[in-house]
Amino acid sequence: MAFFQMTSLVMKWIFRKPVTSRYPFEPRVPLAGSRGKLVFTDGNCVYCTACAKKCPANALIVSRDKKTMEIDRLRCISCGYCVDVCPKKSFSLGEAHSSPVTTKSSELQIHKSGNEETGAPKAAEGNSTSAPK
Amino acid sequence: MARTIIPFGPQHPVLPEPVHLDLVVEDEKVVEARPSIGFIHRGLEKLAEKKDYVEFVYVAERICGICSFIHGQSYCQAIETIMNVTVPPRALYLRTVWGELSRIHSHLLWLGLLADAMGFESLFMHSWRVRERVLNIIEATTGGRVIFGSCKIGGVRRDIDPAMITHIQSEMKTIEKEMREITTVFMNDRSVKSRLCGVGVLTKQEAYELGCVGPMLRASGVAQDMRKLGYAAYKDIPVEPITRTEGDSYARCAVRSEELFQSVDIIRQALERIPDGEIAVKVTGNPNGETIMRTEQPRGEVAYCVKATGSKNLQRFRVRTPTFANLPAMLKVLQGCDLADVPVLVLTIDPCISCTER
Repeated sequence: MAFFQMTSLVMKWIFRKPVTSRYPFEPRVPLAGSRGKLVFTDGNCVYCTACAKKCPANALIVSRDKKTMEIDRLRCISCGYCVDVCPKKSFSLGEAHSSPVTTKSSELQIHKSGNEETGAPKAAEGNSTSAPK
Repeated sequence: MARTIIPFGPQHPVLPEPVHLDLVVEDEKVVEARPSIGFIHRGLEKLAEKKDYVEFVYVAERICGICSFIHGQSYCQAIETIMNVTVPPRALYLRTVWGELSRIHSHLLWLGLLADAMGFESLFMHSWRVRERVLNIIEATTGGRVIFGSCKIGGVRRDIDPAMITHIQSEMKTIEKEMREITTVFMNDRSVKSRLCGVGVLTKQEAYELGCVGPMLRASGVAQDMRKLGYAAYKDIPVEPITRTEGDSYARCAVRSEELFQSVDIIRQALERIPDGEIAVKVTGNPNGETIMRTEQPRGEVAYCVKATGSKNLQRFRVRTPTFANLPAMLKVLQGCDLADVPVLVLTIDPCISCTER
């Protein structure tokens, strides 16, 4: 049985800078290789729907006819499976996370051929946003 | 003395996850604890019938947020056994490294929660400070902090380059030194000992008969560790189970504290011996067969039962998680304890309710 076991640990740290950061004044910088927001590059995409079929969270809706890609940010789990299966390497994972949203209307983004991420946010469609499976 | 029933949970400061206990007390002594679970049942076992068996790795990882990697690994191992897939040695070593990192971060989280449960706030903060270093390694190597997403059927999805291996080795030295400072407090401090020593004693016979697993069982003197089965790289890196004989809360804390250093040692050995080569093999076709896979999670043994019939969806998927196995023992140690010791006793089994209810 010993007393003051914690004292040496406390004395060691009491004169050091805190290890916690002053969030949100100092936002945390994600480490290199962190799986963050899914980034779609439209140039090579042939809209083969492989990503939508494989997405485990049904976060992608691809229309081959209209050449549109919809990413449901609230469903995406940033697993990177679409990055692995895409034959044209149209997807990549950014390091920063998706921005938080306050309304469901901003969760869908439409990407049109040659016009990346310029589609207006689409109105929420409730549960009908699941990818064809 | 008239009996009183005191509800404990599902929302309680000491519980990270919801479980409800009806504590039947006489004065300040608990005479019986009646559990009710089911607050976070998500139907993940049934989901195996809807998801492709390859995609289901992501679901298996989400059974638990703390032992996520080992859940994914166990599922992959079960499917690989059915499909007779030979995983490249480098992938087995990488799985071992991530599995042990997962064990360190789980045990440090538990030590912090235990300190919090007994009101030792500064020790709680210091435990989680060290855990943050481990999480940073996990984030840098797998891309995720708690959901690794790096295990797949046939191997792993990411490699660790030599520069990162050197970085992990140097970080392990710092982490080991800092863990030593914290575990010294847990093992020797008077206030910690007064809350843990002799509280919730479970004899070797009781622990065995009640079907305990993991640190709960080893703290009562039964040397059982599924890593001795030799899955992943444990066939090359021998693991000796850490046991204590007292069977009380202090012994359970001691077993987990010592396992931290055992895990550091395993990571060090794995990184030194890691072979070069491929990290995954291509898996084609659908599984057809049935198997049981047992692995050692931070909380104890997890058993996966997978039955596939040659289609892309599994016919049946069943998980027996360590907390589920330890619940009868928790109810046993709660009988006759002081009401003030209930939070500590509930925590000493390291309850993971989302695992239990799946």
